[in-house]
Amino acid sequence: MDERDEKTLKKITDLAYQALVSARMGKNPSLEIPVRALSNVNFDEEARVIRMGESKQSRAFFHFKQAKAYMQTFLIAERCKKLIEAGATTSIRDIYYDAKHTIGNTKENTFDEQAESDPIIEDLEVTIDALREELHLRAENKGAMVGPMTVRDTGDEIDLRRMGSGGWSVPSIVEENRIQFRSHEAEYVLFVEKGAVWQRLNEDRYWKTNRCMLIHGGGMAARGTRRLLRRMHEELNLPVYVVTDNDPWGFYIYSVIKQGSINLAYESMRMAVPRARFLGISSFDADRFNLKSNVSIALTDEDEKRAEQLLKYDWFKDRRWQDEINRMKKTEKKYEIEALSSLGIRFITEEYLPHKIKSRLWLD
Amino acid sequence: MTTDGTADETKEATTPSAAPGRRATAEAMATKQRDISVSEFFTKNRHLLGFDNPAKALLTTVKEAVDNALDACEEAGIAPSIEVQIDEVSEGRYRVRVEDNGPGIVKEQIPKIFAKLLYGSKFHRLRQSRGQQGIGISAAGMYGQLTTGRPVVVVSKIGEGRPAWRLEVRIDARTNNPEVLNKDRDKTVPWEKDHGTAVEIELTGLYRAGRTSVDAYLEQTVVANPHLELKYKPPRGASSHWPRVADTLPPEAQEIKPHPHGVELGMLIKILHEAGARTVHQTLVEEFSRVTDAVATELCQRAGVDPAMLAPKMDGPQIEALHGVMVSSQAVLPPLRRFATRLAKSERTLRDEMLDEGSGFSQGLADGVARRAEIEPTAKAKLVTPAQIEKLYASLAQSQVKILPPPATCVVPVGEELIIGGLKRRFKAEFFAAHTRPPAVYRGNPFVVEAGIAFGGELAKDEAADLLRFANRVPLLYQPRACGITEAVLKVDWKSYGLQQRKGELPVGPLAIFVHLASVWVPFTSEAKEAVAHYDEIVKEIRAALMECGRKLGTFVKAKDAERWELERKTLFEKYIRELATSIHAITGVAEQKVAEDFQAAMTKHVHLPTRAPAGEGGVSGAPAAIEASEASEEARSPSDLPPAQGEDTAAETDEGSAAEAARDDSDDAPASVTSVAPIKAPKAPRMGDGDDEEQMSFGFGSGSAFEDVTPNKTRRYTRPAASAGAAKKATVRDAAKHSDRT
Repeated sequence: MDERDEKTLKKITDLAYQALVSARMGKNPSLEIPVRALSNVNFDEEARVIRMGESKQSRAFFHFKQAKAYMQTFLIAERCKKLIEAGATTSIRDIYYDAKHTIGNTKENTFDEQAESDPIIEDLEVTIDALREELHLRAENKGAMVGPMTVRDTGDEIDLRRMGSGGWSVPSIVEENRIQFRSHEAEYVLFVEKGAVWQRLNEDRYWKTNRCMLIHGGGMAARGTRRLLRRMHEELNLPVYVVTDNDPWGFYIYSVIKQGSINLAYESMRMAVPRARFLGISSFDADRFNLKSNVSIALTDEDEKRAEQLLKYDWFKDRRWQDEINRMKKTEKKYEIEALSSLGIRFITEEYLPHKIKSRLWLD
Repeated sequence: MTTDGTADETKEATTPSAAPGRRATAEAMATKQRDISVSEFFTKNRHLLGFDNPAKALLTTVKEAVDNALDACEEAGIAPSIEVQIDEVSEGRYRVRVEDNGPGIVKEQIPKIFAKLLYGSKFHRLRQSRGQQGIGISAAGMYGQLTTGRPVVVVSKIGEGRPAWRLEVRIDARTNNPEVLNKDRDKTVPWEKDHGTAVEIELTGLYRAGRTSVDAYLEQTVVANPHLELKYKPPRGASSHWPRVADTLPPEAQEIKPHPHGVELGMLIKILHEAGARTVHQTLVEEFSRVTDAVATELCQRAGVDPAMLAPKMDGPQIEALHGVMVSSQAVLPPLRRFATRLAKSERTLRDEMLDEGSGFSQGLADGVARRAEIEPTAKAKLVTPAQIEKLYASLAQSQVKILPPPATCVVPVGEELIIGGLKRRFKAEFFAAHTRPPAVYRGNPFVVEAGIAFGGELAKDEAADLLRFANRVPLLYQPRACGITEAVLKVDWKSYGLQQRKGELPVGPLAIFVHLASVWVPFTSEAKEAVAHYDEIVKEIRAALMECGRKLGTFVKAKDAERWELERKTLFEKYIRELATSIHAITGVAEQKVAEDFQAAMTKHVHLPTRAPAGEGGVSGAPAAIEASEASEEARSPSDLPPAQGEDTAAETDEGSAAEAARDDSDDAPASVTSVAPIKAPKAPRMGDGDDEEQMSFGFGSGSAFEDVTPNKTRRYTRPAASAGAAKKATVRDAAKHSDRT
């Protein structure tokens, strides 16, 4: 158990004692949980990241609607304590099953689905100000990376140049004590939203020709991926380029990498890459590359709504981003990355990406 | 009423004598002209009397026999014990046997009562009773005779030591005369009963279950007649026995003289012709209720009849004029504004609008009133101007003589306590409430409305409420949709009492609704006496009674919900404390038991918990209180057949009353009062004349004299004379209590 673990343990024990003392004093034991919602985040113009605000919500035990969540928080805390003591980590799915049982002689379960325990874990993280990995919890590996770099992953040297077609699966916890960067010849990092596109690029050995780290997040980048991007950006001084679908959701994936997410605003400072650049697909690319209109997809109502929301976020207030989003709204069209294949199967590798980077056709 | 009777009369009276040159001579026709026997009339119109189909015939037979038995017992002051037995003799053929412990019938009368239509004691007087026309039981006998050929078998005994006779009687359908068939009619038969009557009728019928079954009828009879002990052996299935829940008989309804409002022309003719040497004025004063010297004089004056002339000397037109004036005073128009709105939307003539059900207008009167207001009665209603409508009201007032409504001593309600007792005999419910309204009047007829409800327990949760309709304690099983009682039930907003209800439908929930209309003359929609007519006054009263019960129910439902909620909360926190204690113990090492205790101690400060023991140890609390309240009083009464000492009774009531009041005061602060909300039993009024009258007097009701005009459209409330105990006074006292609450 290292110092960090001991600190986390103490936080958990303190939380339990606080509850006990409150009860003993006849008070209503309550957890003060920082609010994880848009209402409680603000955009730090200086640092260019989303930060969590000061507002907290109280979760009282003697409250009809909060009692269960209160109890669940301690069920999770108890299990985290045991994990730390045992020096083991477990997935958030495992802990869900571990904490799930039937209450007394009722028909009620402590948790009914993982969707119920995941937010409780996040609540615990923010309440005691501990990171998920500090609680010895991890998510499933998500995303993959290849590129001209050697890393050390929990003691094993891994040459990311020799990862075949699958790449190195990005672990949920990529802190320095687990992952260390060794040698590399990369000049930048290219994050692509989708595994399929990543495979195209890997097959074309894009990373080799262009000397870059090629990473994907399998959709929205998980915390492991984001932390890894941040570390490469910060420690290795590599610029980060992002390629997503041309739709509001793709834009948001970019913004999460860049400024952090609303839900995990407390993690922004160690995950965000404020200088990440958005390479595409831009709404203006259609004209720029003469994409045929038949490869576009009509914007749905839901897309429109989401676009409206983005327009209002402080971190999308930049004029160029407003233009970008408004353009999408105006044309009522969106494009998947794969739409570029209509211009040739290697178009993305050989023309699109090199051209955009070379011509500095990105948004940031 | 007596369709058969009047039909008879009119047919006879209006048969024209043949004019010359026709196909038949008067003499020839005269040979064909004869009395139309009511019996013959019946055979052709059996549907009028409830023998439309085999199932209904079986029910009607049982019903007539039971109604008769009940009426006889009550009149003789005997607590009725009735046994009903139905045997299926062969397929589709049943033998109905109804035996009572009534006063019995003298031998000579037996044939007439059971085998002569329109023979009875009840028709000739104005008093609340079940049967009225003296047609029911003999009609049943006749139906049996028609369908099976079997006579009615009657056994009766009129007292201890007196002989019991057994007679087989049959009706001669042509002459409406009874025949006794059995040879041994003069031989006494052994019968262990001191007195009573048993009647046996064999008929073609159909026994089935359901809303209109014999079973339903008897079950409901049991509800409305708590003093009845009933044994019932159905053709199939298990026998039932309902012991009585009230040992005292309902007070005897007093007989009253006819009231001018309700008098039929035929009856008026009869009264005047039999007046002997009395003047018209004198006859009116002496033979009618509420006709004072002044009223009699005014009636004569308006009819253009000399009050001093000898009554039997009056001619037809004079009597008709007098009758017109007498009944005209009951005619009512709706409140002016409502009537004006209605007319404006109407597609009918003014006359039709005036003749609407419940208005009390005859066509002659309507036309007369309209013409006096200078409006043509056949004018389109919507073209009548507001000024004309006002004239119409003035014209109506001019043509009416103000006559007080008849006294209410002739109406006997069941009473709140006994309604609850009756409902308990029938339903296993959690909550019971009842309310008896003070007497009111429609078209000059006094009536009392009562409502009761049973809720929860074993009643079906997801079905429409069970509606039990009664008129003079007789269950009404047919035509619920056409009935004014149903209309009133639908008009109540049951949602506000915590039940579900779709517009225009019965509420849904574990609910049974009891409505009783007691009146000297119940206005039925038809001769079959299946549904109550839609009189505004009656519907309004029923609604008021139901709403009173509804409010009590609402309080109970709310309290119960609050309690369930509290219990849920308590168990919820308790079960989470166990989980929490395990986790906190694992984290801190503090003993699990200790953690749990700390949290449980804190819980008492933060969670409002019910004061009663949690459910599971005997059902939801609150409900038992309801049952206890009434059972306690039953126990107090039952061991000795005597009413409890007056002093004790009053004292107990006072306590209960104040508990109920306390509950009311606390009602915002639910849990504490949860258990005391339930005293559904309305506080009993102290008997009048026991020195406790002050309370009532203070509220402005004299004991048994005054009436009070409460609404402009002639609905009047008044207390009844001291002799008639019961609901009116209860209501008065409760109202008084409410009144004092407010002040």
